[in-house]
Amino acid sequence: MAGMATQGDGERGGGVINYIIRRVLYALPILIGVNLITFALFFVVNTPEDMARMQLGMKRVTPEAIERWKAERGYDKPLVFDASKQGVHTVTETIFFEKSAAMFALDFGQADDGRDIASEIAKRAGPSLAIALPVFVVGLMTMVSVALLMVFFRATYVDAGGVVLCVALMSISALFYIIAGQWLVAKVWRLVPISGFADGGDALRFLLLPVLIGVVSGIGSGARWYRTLFLEEINREYVRTARAKGLSELQVLFRHVLRNGLIPILTASVAAIPLLFMGSLLTESFFGIPGLGSYTIDAINHQDFAVVRSMVFLGSALYIVGLVLTDISYTWADPRVRLE
Amino acid sequence: MTQTRAGEYSRAPHPPRSLVARLMTGALLACALSGCSQPWNNPYPAAETGQAILYSAFVERPKHLDPAQSYSENEATFNAQIYEPVVQYHYFKRPYQLIPLTAKELPKPIYLDAYGGLLPDDAPDQLVAQSVYTIRIRDDRAYQPHPALARDGQGQLLYHQMGEPQRAAVTSIYDLPQTGSRPLRAEDYVYEIKRLAHPRLHSPIFGLMAEYIVGMDAYAKRLRVEDKKIGGQGFLDLRKFDLPGAEVIDTNTYRVRVKGKYPQFVYWLAMPFFAPVPWEADSFYSQPGFAERNVSLDWYPIGTGPYYLAENNPNSRMVLRRNPHFPGERYPAEGESGDRDRGLLKDAGKTMPFIDTVVFSRERESIPYWNKFLQGWYDTSGISSDNFDQAVQSASGGDSVISEDMAKKGIRLETALSASINYVGFNMLDPVVGGSSERARKLRQALSIAIDFEENIAIFANGRGIPAMGPIAPGIWGYRDGEAGLNPLVYDWVEGKPRRKSIAEARRLLAEAGYPDGRDAATGQPLVLNFDATSRGPDDKAELDWMRKQFGKLNIQLVVRGTDYNRFQEKVRKGTAQIFEWGWNADYPDPENFLFLLYGPQSRVKSGGENSANYSNPEFDRLFEQMKNMPNGSARQAIIDRMLEIVRQDAPWIWGLHPKRYSLVHGWLGNVKPNQMARNGLKYQRLDVTAREAARAEWNAPVVWPLLAVALLSLIVFAPAWLAWRRKETAKGVAA
Repeated sequence: MAGMATQGDGERGGGVINYIIRRVLYALPILIGVNLITFALFFVVNTPEDMARMQLGMKRVTPEAIERWKAERGYDKPLVFDASKQGVHTVTETIFFEKSAAMFALDFGQADDGRDIASEIAKRAGPSLAIALPVFVVGLMTMVSVALLMVFFRATYVDAGGVVLCVALMSISALFYIIAGQWLVAKVWRLVPISGFADGGDALRFLLLPVLIGVVSGIGSGARWYRTLFLEEINREYVRTARAKGLSELQVLFRHVLRNGLIPILTASVAAIPLLFMGSLLTESFFGIPGLGSYTIDAINHQDFAVVRSMVFLGSALYIVGLVLTDISYTWADPRVRLE
Repeated sequence: MTQTRAGEYSRAPHPPRSLVARLMTGALLACALSGCSQPWNNPYPAAETGQAILYSAFVERPKHLDPAQSYSENEATFNAQIYEPVVQYHYFKRPYQLIPLTAKELPKPIYLDAYGGLLPDDAPDQLVAQSVYTIRIRDDRAYQPHPALARDGQGQLLYHQMGEPQRAAVTSIYDLPQTGSRPLRAEDYVYEIKRLAHPRLHSPIFGLMAEYIVGMDAYAKRLRVEDKKIGGQGFLDLRKFDLPGAEVIDTNTYRVRVKGKYPQFVYWLAMPFFAPVPWEADSFYSQPGFAERNVSLDWYPIGTGPYYLAENNPNSRMVLRRNPHFPGERYPAEGESGDRDRGLLKDAGKTMPFIDTVVFSRERESIPYWNKFLQGWYDTSGISSDNFDQAVQSASGGDSVISEDMAKKGIRLETALSASINYVGFNMLDPVVGGSSERARKLRQALSIAIDFEENIAIFANGRGIPAMGPIAPGIWGYRDGEAGLNPLVYDWVEGKPRRKSIAEARRLLAEAGYPDGRDAATGQPLVLNFDATSRGPDDKAELDWMRKQFGKLNIQLVVRGTDYNRFQEKVRKGTAQIFEWGWNADYPDPENFLFLLYGPQSRVKSGGENSANYSNPEFDRLFEQMKNMPNGSARQAIIDRMLEIVRQDAPWIWGLHPKRYSLVHGWLGNVKPNQMARNGLKYQRLDVTAREAARAEWNAPVVWPLLAVALLSLIVFAPAWLAWRRKETAKGVAA
């Protein structure tokens, strides 16, 4: 919410553009910092020699082959500082600089096994979105609906039972939902395939179960939180006024309570939208979805620094985009808010 | 909240649409999409139903499919069906036996002296300057359809000089509409041998082959120079540069020259490293922009084998299809004793392959893999520890048999001892456990007795393994079974079985080593040893605790130094580990491939070799040099026996275990016999598609009542609340 103020009149469009430019400039040092931390963490655990051994295999690898592999990929240079060089070259002729600079132009280059990272990301983003987007949209709608339902039936056994159920649902780990869901729906009832993926419309039958599990596993915490938000709103004076005007309870809930409870919902939701591209590790792994979630973990397992840094960079950049979008969405949700 | 809101609503609100409705809609939609005539949970397209397609899974995506680079088992699963080396392993016979594949006969070397004179086969090793293999290949092979071989009407290669706009549109080879083929030629084998030295490839066996193939090292240096001239980009045409060790004689004959005697070279000829690659492939794939889009030989192989890679999506699925240019191969008519009784030779003489398509789906997790196998969607499966009791039970005599539930489904259990060993190594450079002193040797011998690998196999491997008596794995020539193969330092032969010596014997040896009751006799200090291990998860903790307990039997304190795999490897490389676990998978079925792990000049610390224990014994080394080039026979066996005697006495390893592989096979898949050397087994297998379809239909009928139950439950839960709310809303106010 930094940089935000209550809007008076006009200058809204120009303010937004200035705000976005400023945030992009702020993002640069953040991305450099994230890159540096990723770099440090990776190379604390792995040396370029370890990376070469991982790529070349464990058997019969000669020291010469390792040196050649490092030289070809630029891993034969110092990590962050080259004391043997002069001036700016002390910094620029290092692994950190050479591997980082291109990323700011979104040139991710080749994975350490020689395969193109950008084309991998492009291939995998679709399947990740195929799950993440429905889970997000349906999940959000379900959570809001369930929360409004509990508010609608507040102080009845539906509300009390709903809260208990929510607490129970939020206490169960995501892994349990997946394993239990696969066992019950796909193995015992045999209603959908256990795992797999297909292109086009055929993907739907593979997505039903993971989306259902994604939605159900999120209902507990989401619905309970939204219920609290809506209950705070429901006793406000504007709600009483709306009722006094003769609006139905559903109109009150959807037109007034939901609209005024949107800000915290937006805070949590809009920031998450860009990150939907990054996929879900567990879900993709168990359901055999060829998305981005498993790409990073595969890269970590294979000590593929090129992929790790690219994915962390992409994640950071998307997170910053998400925060900017959140701020912009406030102005839409609440006309009193303006960006400075 | 209790205020009456009667009269506030102009109309009654509709209840929100429940999750139940969505679920039912989804299920019905799934039914509609998949076609209700087949099981709803069928993970494959409806069009594949009833076809001769083998369904399998893979866990790890293959890193390399370029035969010059590929060295992993998971890569061989694909490459071995696509590429055809000149020789292959007999599918049924044991010990493993090489037979010709594309070669007309099994390559046999002639020996030349330093002046090029012909030597007899039994010439002494030191006189042999070169072994020359002249290999004649069959003329019935042709490459799979591939755009690299497509030609236009004038006979010019169609896709080798594409312009930038045309190239930019190519994201996979399937984007190119034309394909071509051509006959296999001897030059393709020579070209691939040259590729092992290609400066832009990193062939894992280049270092080894540079030691043996004549002129290989100089050739690699020359290629590096030539590659620099073209800026390390584009097509480096290896045909322009001669390699003395690999030459084309005529269209169907080539010659390989190997330095000295190296009888194991013929085993290397059975690996994809020595499979044919047409020069056209390198020329095609080296066009600008292709590598950046993964259009490379590493992604799209080109071979002459029974199958070709028709779909490569290693994140999801990989598909092999029958190569239309494959001329067929005769199913073997001979096997081991018992193979005929098991029905494995029923197809003798018939033309392979029997299966049209093989679909490999990626399954990262064992639970979905296992459940899909049980539903019939996969034709074979391994057995994880979690499912072991469900799949396997012990029969009388300790043998493992398939469980009754599995047997009822027609599932078979196939077992095979791996050509590998998992051992505990002592760093022989360590001042406490290493060296050739009597004190250190007896300490190692005591520990060899104390660490009970029978127990380890029972607890941590569900019995899937046998204790090792030495470095050589079963199935490898030179391995001895029964009493003849007993390690007398650790076992006694009692009632026809090996029995581990008592812990009292281990304590006696420990006392003789100068550590009575686990304390240094000179200082009185307790003996503390360090076990270097990679720690991966909770399962490892249990095994490490077990290991501590084994040392505890001798009152030796064991410090477990857990670390990540990189640091662990570094410790072994630098010789700072003390006791560690290691393993070896055979490259080829020759005792040399195991005994070299203890050969002094292979010391990991001194020369970066594969002798991780850094063991060195002059007599063993001398015998190894003598044995490695000998033909199999009684003289070689006698030397191997002596070498085993030496290493058992010195005990640089606690011999550990030879793992046993268990796999499950559905009844409808025939001609399956595990083979730890041959990876090209798909062509032998046969499917009974009708039986599979019937079983799948029976096992996968959808259960729909839960959907109705959920709907009913929702009604039961919400209806009273809804009615109560309606009653309240429509109630009339009471006058005061």
